[in-house]
Amino acid sequence: MGMFILRRTGVMLLTAICLTFIVFIMTNLYPNLEKLAKNEGNFRMSDAEVASYLGNRGYTQGKLQNYGEWLGILPGYVIKGIDGKTRGRCSNHGAVLENSAKYCGVIQGHWGFSSRFKEPVSQIVITRLALTGKLMFWVLMVMIPSALILGIMAGMREGSQLDRTLSTGAIVTTATPEYVSGVIFIAVFTSSAVGLKWFKGSATSAMDHATLENFLLPVITISLYGMGYIARMTRASMAEVMTAQYIRTARLKGVSFANIVLKHALRNALIAPFTVIMLQIPWLLNGVVIVEVLFNFKGFGWVLVQAASNNDIDLLLAVSVVGVVVVLLTQLISDIGYVFLNPRIRIS
Amino acid sequence: MQNLTWTGTFGAYINPFFLTALSAFFLFAVAAIARGFSRADGATLLNPTPPTIALMGPTAFIGLMIWLLGLTGLAPFSIMALGNIWLSLVACLIIGLVAGFGLFQISAKLILKLVWGASYAVLVLFSVYLIVGLFVAPETTGIVGAISKQLTPTWIALGATFALSIYYKRGLGLYGKLFDSPIGMIGLALVLFWVFTALFGAGFDLIATHDPLGQVSGMKNKHPGFALRGAEAGDYPYYLFGGDTLARDVFSRAIVGSGIVIVIAPAATIFAFMVGITLGLPAGYFGGRLDTVLSFLSNMVLAFPVILLFFLLVTPEIIESGLPNYLAMVLFVFPVIFVAVAQYSKNRLKSKFLTLKFPIMMVIAIWLYLSLVSESGTTIAILPPLLDLFDVPSEILVVFVSVVFVNSPTVFRIVRGLTLDVKIRDYVAAAQTRGEGPWYIMLWEILPNVRGPLIVDFCLRIGYATILLGTLGFFGLGLESESPDWGTTINAGRKLLSVYLAPVLVPAFCLMSLVLGLNLLADGLREESLRD
Repeated sequence: MGMFILRRTGVMLLTAICLTFIVFIMTNLYPNLEKLAKNEGNFRMSDAEVASYLGNRGYTQGKLQNYGEWLGILPGYVIKGIDGKTRGRCSNHGAVLENSAKYCGVIQGHWGFSSRFKEPVSQIVITRLALTGKLMFWVLMVMIPSALILGIMAGMREGSQLDRTLSTGAIVTTATPEYVSGVIFIAVFTSSAVGLKWFKGSATSAMDHATLENFLLPVITISLYGMGYIARMTRASMAEVMTAQYIRTARLKGVSFANIVLKHALRNALIAPFTVIMLQIPWLLNGVVIVEVLFNFKGFGWVLVQAASNNDIDLLLAVSVVGVVVVLLTQLISDIGYVFLNPRIRIS
Repeated sequence: MQNLTWTGTFGAYINPFFLTALSAFFLFAVAAIARGFSRADGATLLNPTPPTIALMGPTAFIGLMIWLLGLTGLAPFSIMALGNIWLSLVACLIIGLVAGFGLFQISAKLILKLVWGASYAVLVLFSVYLIVGLFVAPETTGIVGAISKQLTPTWIALGATFALSIYYKRGLGLYGKLFDSPIGMIGLALVLFWVFTALFGAGFDLIATHDPLGQVSGMKNKHPGFALRGAEAGDYPYYLFGGDTLARDVFSRAIVGSGIVIVIAPAATIFAFMVGITLGLPAGYFGGRLDTVLSFLSNMVLAFPVILLFFLLVTPEIIESGLPNYLAMVLFVFPVIFVAVAQYSKNRLKSKFLTLKFPIMMVIAIWLYLSLVSESGTTIAILPPLLDLFDVPSEILVVFVSVVFVNSPTVFRIVRGLTLDVKIRDYVAAAQTRGEGPWYIMLWEILPNVRGPLIVDFCLRIGYATILLGTLGFFGLGLESESPDWGTTINAGRKLLSVYLAPVLVPAFCLMSLVLGLNLLADGLREESLRD
């Protein structure tokens, strides 16, 4: 088991390095750098000015060199620019101070400086992740129990009318992406045109103080899309367990149906949904981005959109590291959890 | 000129019936679901659930429903508010208990019959609107009838397809079996509806009432059915679904927008399948280092948050750098490889194949590939313009490439898993003993035998590709901002969503119905293919 976790962590690190390198290359393509220079400097820069702006700030060094600096395995650049000023990576592309560190990369805990928000990246990521964490917590609290209940209800009597209704309902929710259900909810429940002003169409106030009124719609919007899939998986797993021999034995012994479902079938039927739920979390990230933009909830997903549309290189790299870690960590947890839940599986 | 109402003068007669049928349907559906929580009836039941437990489901379901409706303050339910929400909850649960008890006195079959009866009534009455609308002026049947009239080509094609398919269904294999499953039929109807609408609407321009990009002064943000300001002879006199913020016709935009989705989503899925199959078969069949490398690569792409990938790939700066064109070069080569290897491995021993047919085929395939990849004016202009068969606009190409890129690793994993499962079967061993080459075995022994799950996944994946296209449009990536495709339209309209609903809701429901149709179709296919 230890060996397995170690190997998976190694693969995870390798993947993260490869992916950040790809993101690094893509954000450092020259047209992107040009956009960055024009955003930071001014929009009327000539090509030569752009080149000197970028050269002064170390962007035109080799890509590998720059990536090494970002990682913190190569010393940060110190360049005496054409304009006579000396700038260094470790002083946020500003004038080099005497006491600036030599290495300042991710390994040293220095995630860079956001050009969009004018704040250290680590600070932005932490505050925004906390906000998204709040959203995700409520999403999971709504999604998992209701998906499991629906799936179990549908699966305990396969082919019954309840099963058909719930399964069709699950298909409908999986066919409704967040940007469709979100706008439908906003239109129906918040608009002055329909007149049911039950909730708020914006979740900005939920960042400080979440209430049912401003937080329910975003939570429901994300949960609905994921719910259908988990419910269907639970249904399949439950239906399979219900046809098992030991369930038949229990019925013949005279155990009541409710007891069979709750005491005998449930525990075995919940192994598969566990992995599904864990693997569903990365998919929720998509929903989070859409919903945060749609409801103007300024969390991690909103930051991702801001960073990407402004080509905020350091922030974008940090965002992708977080995204990749979330994906790989959930995979790891689902694998390990599966082994613990299902003693028949052995990892050699 | 008068504006159109939803159902016109004709609706005054039929609306009461329709609303009655609709509310009856909802009432019976709630009753059926509540009843479905238990099957405590029937003398044959082995160990029946005690009535106390059996009643819990309906009680909670009906009670909570009435409680929530009461909280919202809807007219007939607001009596249940009672001033205190907990008091009202208790009262609602008691009502639920009584209702549940009452329900158990009626047999489940009767309730189901009522549900089906009500749903047929709803369907019949709704089709009355549609059918009457075909033959009368728009004023008589309102917006619903007018839209039905515009969609006449779609109805004819849909009707003909269904009639022919049901008549010949025994000879049509898996497709014919689809007509045995109601779910599959509904799914197929939805999908074909959009296919025909896209064909006649976007392809032949028979359905749309106005130019999807044309702006008419005075039609900005108008509600559905608004009469066209300053209409001349030959103009369609109404904006059937109203006007958007730029005074364009919402209905025509939704119809023309379907063309973009219906072409790109399946095409991108086909390419993703070509990539996934061409790489997944050898990864599963040979295993070893090839498998390790390819699996690592596919896991890497899958570990990328999709939206981040889109934001990185689909920006004007990246398009300028030519990266999508290079990616297209790599991704589009797989169909060529697939066809070449499949044909070569099957026919290589036939006379004249290698000297005549194969070279001709390859020349055509490579020519198609090159003219697809090469774009005049970009970094990749391999073919001279004279030989270049078609130019794909760069913003469509980048959207296409990114959808293919996101989808192919998943297809790869599915194909690889299926191959691992199938390659130890006897018929594979038989082929190996016969001395067939590995590519022949993969493409002509393994692939045809795993087609069932792949077809089902193909349907689901087209739906997913549609969702991805919508996501791109929603973030304003790729297609230009006035493009009528659904995602972009949703994005354009959502700023004024709380006031003007139609410009957003119409494309939203279009997208949802297409994806729903594809998912139902996949479900029907799965059910029917498992039945064998």
